[in-house]
Amino acid sequence: MDKPFAITLGAGSSHANKTGAWRTERPVYVDRLPPCNHACPAGENIQHWLSLAEEPSYEAAWRQIMLDNPFPAVMGRVCYRPCESACNRGQLDEAVGINSVERFLGDQAIEHGWTVPVTAQPSGKRVLVVGAGPAGLSAAYHLTLLGHAVTVIDSGSAPGGMMRFGIPRYRLPRHVLDAEIQRILDMGVTLELGRTVTDLAEAMRGFDAAFLAVGAHIGRRAYLPAGDSARILDAVSVLRDVADGPAPLLGRRVVVYDGGNTAMDAARTAKRLGAADAVVVYRRTRDRMPAHDSEVAEASEEGVRMKWLSTIAHADGERVVIERMRLDETGFPQPTGEFEELAADSVVLALGQEADLSLLAGLPGIKVEGGIVKVGPGMMTGCPGVFAGGDMVPAERTVTVAVGHGKKAARHIDAWLRGGAHRPPPRHPMAGFDLLNTWYYSDAPATVRPKLDLARRMSTFDEVEGGLEESTALFEARRCLSCGNCFECDNCYGVCPDNAVLKLGPGLRYEIDLDFCKGCGLCVSECPAGAIEMVPEVT
Amino acid sequence: MLRQMEGSQAVAETVALCRPEVICAYPISPQTHIVEALSRITRAGRLGTCEYVNVESEFAALSACIGASAAGARTYTATASQGLLYMAEALYNASGLGLPIVMTVANRAIGAPINIWNDHSDSMSQRDSGWIQLYAETNQEAVDLHVQAYALAEELSLPVMVCMDGFVLTHAFERVDLPSQEQVDAFVPAYEPRQVLDPDDPVSIGAMVGPEAFTEVRYLAHARHLEALERIPAVAASFEAAFGRRSGGLVRGYRTEDADTVVLALGSVLGTIKDVIDELRESGEPVGAATLTAFRPFPFAALRALLGCKRHVVVVERAFSTGVGGIVSADVRAALPDAEVRTVVAGLGGRPVTKAALRGLLTAGEPEPLTFLDLDRDLVARELARVRARRRSGPSAENMLRDLAGGG
Amino acid sequence: MPAPRTKFYQVGSFAVGNRLLPPEQRAVQAAPDRGNALTSGHRACRGCGEALGARYAIDAAIRATGGRMIAVNATGCLEVFSTPYPETAWQVSWIHSLFGNAPAVATGVAAALKAKGRTDVRVVGQGGDGGTVDIGFACLSGMFERGDDVLYICYDNQAYMNTGVQRSGATPPAARTATTPVPGGNAFGQGKNAPLIAMAHEIPYVATATVADLRDLEYKVRRAMDFRGARYLHILVPCPLGWVTDACDTIRVARLATESGLFPVFEAEGGEVTGVTRIRRRIPVDDYLRLQSRYAHLFADPPRTDVIARIQASADRNIRRFGLVD
Repeated sequence: MDKPFAITLGAGSSHANKTGAWRTERPVYVDRLPPCNHACPAGENIQHWLSLAEEPSYEAAWRQIMLDNPFPAVMGRVCYRPCESACNRGQLDEAVGINSVERFLGDQAIEHGWTVPVTAQPSGKRVLVVGAGPAGLSAAYHLTLLGHAVTVIDSGSAPGGMMRFGIPRYRLPRHVLDAEIQRILDMGVTLELGRTVTDLAEAMRGFDAAFLAVGAHIGRRAYLPAGDSARILDAVSVLRDVADGPAPLLGRRVVVYDGGNTAMDAARTAKRLGAADAVVVYRRTRDRMPAHDSEVAEASEEGVRMKWLSTIAHADGERVVIERMRLDETGFPQPTGEFEELAADSVVLALGQEADLSLLAGLPGIKVEGGIVKVGPGMMTGCPGVFAGGDMVPAERTVTVAVGHGKKAARHIDAWLRGGAHRPPPRHPMAGFDLLNTWYYSDAPATVRPKLDLARRMSTFDEVEGGLEESTALFEARRCLSCGNCFECDNCYGVCPDNAVLKLGPGLRYEIDLDFCKGCGLCVSECPAGAIEMVPEVT
Repeated sequence: MLRQMEGSQAVAETVALCRPEVICAYPISPQTHIVEALSRITRAGRLGTCEYVNVESEFAALSACIGASAAGARTYTATASQGLLYMAEALYNASGLGLPIVMTVANRAIGAPINIWNDHSDSMSQRDSGWIQLYAETNQEAVDLHVQAYALAEELSLPVMVCMDGFVLTHAFERVDLPSQEQVDAFVPAYEPRQVLDPDDPVSIGAMVGPEAFTEVRYLAHARHLEALERIPAVAASFEAAFGRRSGGLVRGYRTEDADTVVLALGSVLGTIKDVIDELRESGEPVGAATLTAFRPFPFAALRALLGCKRHVVVVERAFSTGVGGIVSADVRAALPDAEVRTVVAGLGGRPVTKAALRGLLTAGEPEPLTFLDLDRDLVARELARVRARRRSGPSAENMLRDLAGGG
Repeated sequence: MPAPRTKFYQVGSFAVGNRLLPPEQRAVQAAPDRGNALTSGHRACRGCGEALGARYAIDAAIRATGGRMIAVNATGCLEVFSTPYPETAWQVSWIHSLFGNAPAVATGVAAALKAKGRTDVRVVGQGGDGGTVDIGFACLSGMFERGDDVLYICYDNQAYMNTGVQRSGATPPAARTATTPVPGGNAFGQGKNAPLIAMAHEIPYVATATVADLRDLEYKVRRAMDFRGARYLHILVPCPLGWVTDACDTIRVARLATESGLFPVFEAEGGEVTGVTRIRRRIPVDDYLRLQSRYAHLFADPPRTDVIARIQASADRNIRRFGLVD
């Protein structure tokens, strides 16, 4: 075309005008630490495996979990979900059902027989793990993946520790536990059952390092004024006996004392063993109860009664005497001098557990304080080469924490064996809720997991909570907000008035075209995930 | 084909022969008959797929022509008077964008006071709009100029205004020789736009141009007009060769050979002037006449060639610049620095330009540089006196009417 | 009906795209090969809503027409910042004529295309609110009543921004402009509602949209292209300069305009409202006004709660009138 001078211009010729020169600030893509990842005691990259599940790419998602945690199916049942408590979506509608998705992925893996190959070169090092609970098995798994030869010794008749002997079947079916443990053993971990280590120095002969995870399975006893005929048991023993032996005789009327998760497990187990009446007696109020809400709710659904602000003053064969309590200004329970009676065939104490640390006797450098072993930041005890984790070290006593200890210890053991020190990568700054632009997220209420009908819950040890279907698991995964990390929603690419955001293709995210970016910051404002920030131009 | 017909009908028929593809119409006297006729022609299917758009104003009429022309269509519209002024902004735009729109201006006075009759105030007011302005002396020339206008416009990529006197020509029944379709098709080939809005070859038409290039853009428009000074006589010559009659061109002389005084004018008033010249020649006066067909661009060289040796030039103008005088005269003076150029403002708002008045003017002893032909001097003298006496003396037009009716 | 919402994804159809959506369900703006009708290097202010709205709309028109389209632009910001010699930011066939004649020029282009039998090529006219509701209104109304095959898009930033923020017929009450200074700002009871006037012409399609809801905007351009004849799309495009907002808040403030009810988003066919976009998270007008310093005089000491209440009343009226809340 014969274009008249100046009046008519060739299409797109403005590319010659580099408006980037106007800029005083520039947008920069960042990765922030999502609250779920931050909260996960096992150190899972939850956001990442959710994103893989969203695609949906379930096996890849499962493999991502397996980088940190060898028990997705167990986790998906027994984890107390600190990730969901931290989830930013909880401030929008309801937290993402991370745990449901994890269970779905774990079950998929069992169903399809997915395994984790050991690809590391054998290191020639041997590591002894004492205790086949979650911490020990987790450490064994990670150490194996790192190329070390691992032997796990446990005094029990079957591996799993508290996962097997502390958590009732209706919360964690044994076939699930067995499958996930077997997968670890199949990787080449040597397991010696029925062997109690009493002399660690002796047991460590031929090993280059040891990881101790003997747990805390001795039920704490308290002085309880009781008649001779009183039947008083501890909850840990009750649960162990239910799991591995003749069922304990608790009678028709069972009183459980104290308000932790173990108390709930004991009361619910009592119901399943035939108790017509199971009562939890707790000194304070519900909001101060250490048991998780879901456990309390399920126990109540199953008919477990709660007596708040109560303590057991006396017990005998037929009844317990309860004293009413009141909370003082500091929230501490104080006796009131008012009493009532409760019929009770047995009293189950759920006052917490203690660790059996006798195996440490004579080991140099070990420090024990308040019945637990002190460890350094790298999980090593005062004795070089001896590491410890799980319930026997200072930490919250949950399966997830234990699994996290196992991983962390394994990485430090590996570094120690190789003569170095494990340095975890620096953590990104947190992706707080305020950084999100929640407008862009669809309204999507959380999916509710199906539950077993009450009649069967109260008479059998069948699993109470069902899993999600494929479609609902996918939905749930896709409720993730991807806090602090780009998930390629194209908003920045779309909202730039200057077309200064370049789209690099699937998985490659975006890049700012600094030739044209004027630094308006719209991409930052409209990024749903808070994954872009403005930084001043240095002139 | 010779036919006795109204000027407007003749122009409409001729425009139709030029095969416009988009016609934009808005009524204003005295051009209305042209667009009415074209609506009938279009509705009758004689123009094929031509779009006839009844727009809501002259501003829209020319604006729609701008769009249609930029999209590669041959376009036509017509207007007059206030209508031309209402589209003034678009006039400059059409020429600035170099769009070969052809428009008929049925010349009419501009208010206030509102007046529907003929003079040249409208087109003269758009002297600097960048359009080529051609003035028809007769209906035959009006017909011929429209054919030439399309050829010129599309060759130069400039809009052309064909000016014909309202009522005097548009409503006059005369014999005209309408060209045949074959003749016109041969003379005006299919429109090949210089630039066009085409999705397959996108351009941006109508950029904003700043001080760094605006002068150059304006100069290039000027250069295009200078080029038109060559093309207008060339097209007229080709037209004569093809159609066998002389029409158009830049400027024509009438009995100028040995003339001492030449009367120059635009449009239909030349008929009367030529009659007076003939009569004066009969009595031995060395007078002639000149027809200025192209007012924009102004044919300085052609005028000098024609009248360079004349002592006296009288420019009869049907419009004037208030506070100055003649509009055409200024250009004539510049073209003929050695001649004594007088301005006669005549025929404003439809007042007849009579032979007697013209003869009187040309035979008067001491002619004035600026004369208002047939001005009622007593009337204006009284009004001026009254205005001087009473500052707030009321509207002059009404006062004069009252005065004429014998009131005080 | 308004654009169908895609559920089940993190961002559903509120965001521009989503790697999880099949490409055909993503916005035009998500496409790596989108038209970029208005491309980089234009001279719009930082965070310009009109630049954004124009690219959104014309890219959608390109998609809807397979690139067979011509744009006609009124004088104004969009024209000035996009085509200063020697560079144009347009990548479509584009013409600018005058301030007040864009609808008529578009009529002419459409007439030419029809005369030439090229009805595959569609025409989009566009201009700011001044060019549309004020100086170009006669041409717009003429184009409407004749039913010329033109989609006319008004990018409404509620004042004459190009000339330095003077009041237009689309300036809202109480807003401060260079010709409606404080105290007072723009008067109540003035201004015209161009979409409703367009509907009164009973043209095939009239719709409103904002730069805050891209999917809806793109749907409306696509829907408009389903019709022949005159169509009107009125897009709210906040102006950081004239509204005195942060450049990064352009989309946010547009969102608040709709969520407060002050700018109803709807569509109408043949003069009848056929769909409204319901308010998702209703907010009081304060939240919208406070972001913009053109309303700063309402929040001075003492605050003009009476004026804010009148503005709230007009939002409430919109909500009732258009059924913006379920």
